[in-house]
Amino acid sequence: MLNNIQEFYNILPIVILGGGIILSVFIELYSQKSESVLPWFSILIFLSAGFYSLLTVANESIVLQNMLSTGGRTNIFYFIFNIGAALVCLLSVDYTKKYGMNYGEYYILIQSSVLGMMLMAGAKDFFMIFLGLEIMSICFYVLAGVNRKKEKAIEASLKYFLLGAFATGFLVYGIALIYGTAQSTSIDIITSKFTELSGNIIFLVGVLLFLIGFSFKIAAFPFHMWVPDVYQGSPTTITGLFSTIGKASAFAAIIASLTALFSGGFQSLFLPYLSVLAVFSMLFGSIVAIAQSDIKRMLAYSSISHAGYILIGLASGTPVGVAGVVFYLAVYTFMNLAAFGIISLIEGENDANLEIDTYSGLGSRNPVLAALLSLIMFSLAGIPPLAGFFAKYYVFIAAIKSGLTWLTILGIVSSLISVYFYLRIVVLMYFKERETEITYSKSFSGMLGVVISVLLVILLGIFPGSLLDLIIAYL
Amino acid sequence: MQIPIEYYLVLSAFMFSVGIVGVLTRRNAIIVFMSVELMLNSANLALVTFSSYLGDTTGQLFVFFVMAVAAAEAAVGLAIIIAIFRNKLTVNIDEINILKW
Repeated sequence: MLNNIQEFYNILPIVILGGGIILSVFIELYSQKSESVLPWFSILIFLSAGFYSLLTVANESIVLQNMLSTGGRTNIFYFIFNIGAALVCLLSVDYTKKYGMNYGEYYILIQSSVLGMMLMAGAKDFFMIFLGLEIMSICFYVLAGVNRKKEKAIEASLKYFLLGAFATGFLVYGIALIYGTAQSTSIDIITSKFTELSGNIIFLVGVLLFLIGFSFKIAAFPFHMWVPDVYQGSPTTITGLFSTIGKASAFAAIIASLTALFSGGFQSLFLPYLSVLAVFSMLFGSIVAIAQSDIKRMLAYSSISHAGYILIGLASGTPVGVAGVVFYLAVYTFMNLAAFGIISLIEGENDANLEIDTYSGLGSRNPVLAALLSLIMFSLAGIPPLAGFFAKYYVFIAAIKSGLTWLTILGIVSSLISVYFYLRIVVLMYFKERETEITYSKSFSGMLGVVISVLLVILLGIFPGSLLDLIIAYL
Repeated sequence: MQIPIEYYLVLSAFMFSVGIVGVLTRRNAIIVFMSVELMLNSANLALVTFSSYLGDTTGQLFVFFVMAVAAAEAAVGLAIIIAIFRNKLTVNIDEINILKW
C-alpha cells in the first residue's frame, strides 16, 4: 500500500495538467491579452507534465482505488501526448492569427483533450477509459469547428460529432454487456475471469462492440468514413492534433485493455478482427491516397493506412509487438506533426495552397521548407535511415516472430504503394516549375515547431534504441 | 412476480438497434443525434438491469457518468448544429456536402 504522498507524486502529471486548465480558465477570464499569454502558458504546462512523467517513469504503481496506473508505459504515453500537444500549440500561435480564430479557449480545449488522453492511457477500469475518451472527444468536436465562420470547418465538426457520438454508443453498450457478464468494470478482474467468460456469447459481443467503438477512433478501415472529411475541413494544426496524439491515445486505451489478455494466451481470439482491420486499412488507405488532389485529404488516407501498420503490431500480440506499437506511435506523432506544420505554414487564407499542385517548384522558391517536407515524406514512406523506417521495421519483425508472415508481406506491399504518393510531392517540389507566384506566411514559432519535429524524427531514426530500450524496459 | 432479466435485455437490444437504424437512415441532423442518444440510453438500461440483478452498484454509478457525458455531448452537439444552421440554413445532412462524404 502506497502512502498518499507517494500516490500524489505519481499522478502529478495529471494534477499539473488539471491545475493548468483551471488556471488557464482564469487567465482567459481576467486577462486582456489572454490569447497571447495562453499558448506559451500551455506549452509550459505540457513541457513540465511531459518531462516530469519521463523522469518518474520508474514509479510503477496503481493508484486511486485501482482506477489508474502510473509509471512505465503509461508515463511514456504521457510524454508522447504532452510533447505532441506542446508542438501543436507552438504551430498554432501564428496559424490561429492568420485565420482570425485566435481565441484563448482554443488552448484550454487542447489542454482538456490531453487530460482525457492521459486518463485513457493510464486506465485500469472502464470508467476511466470511457471518461477519458469522452473528455478528449468532446474537446475535439469543438476544436474541429473552432473557426465557426468557416462552412467547411463547421461541417467537419458536425460530421466528427455525429460519427464520434455513434461510436460512443457502441462503446458504452459494449461496456454494459461486459459488465453484466464479468460483474465488474475493472480491467484486471475481467482479465482474470477471461478463461471462463470466453465461451459466453454475450461477453464476446460486448468485447466486439468495445473494439468497434475504438476502431472508429483509430480510423481503421470500415470505420474510417469520417476521417478524410474531418481532416480536410478542420484547421490544419487541429488536424495535426487529431491525427497524431488523438489516434495514439485510442491505441493507448486498446493496449491498456488488451495487453494483459495477450500475455494470457488469448491473442488468437483477437487475431482475426485485428488482422482483417489491419489488411483493409493499409491497402485501402494507400490505394485511395493516390487519387487525392488535396494534400490534407491525402494525409488523411495515409493516416488510415498507418493505422493498419500499427494494428499489425497489435495483432502480433507479443510484448515486442506492443513495444513496436508504442515506438511507432511516437514516431508517427512527430512525423505527422511536422507534415501538418509545414502545410499550415504554406497554407494561405481561405484554404489557398492546399492543392498538391501548389507544391510544384517549392524547391527553388523556399528551399528550407522543401527540404524539411522531403525528409518527412521519405520518413512517412518508410525509407531508411529515417525514423519511419524503424517504426515499420519493429512492427513487421514482431509480426514475423509471431508467425504472421502473410500480414507482413501485405504490409510491405502497401508501403511500396504508398511510396508513390509520398514521393510524388517530392518530385513536384524539385522537378516541376510553377507558373503563378504564391506567398508564404513567415512564422518563427511555426518554423520552430516544424524544425523540432523534424529533428526528433531524424534523431529517432539515428538512435531508435534510445526510445525503444526505454519502452521495452518499462513495458 | 419478478420480470426475467431477458425481457430487459431484449428491450435494450431492440432500442440499440432502433438507434443504429436511425443514425444510418435518417437525414435530419437532430434526429440522427436523437438516435445516438437512444443508443446511449439502451446501454443505460442494460447497465441498470445488470446492476439490479447482480446486486452490485457499479453499473448504476456508470449510468450517472453516461448521463453526464450525454448531457455534455448534447450541449456541444446542439451548438454545432446551430452553428451549421446559421451558415447554411439547413440541418439536412445530405445538403451538408462541401466536403465529399
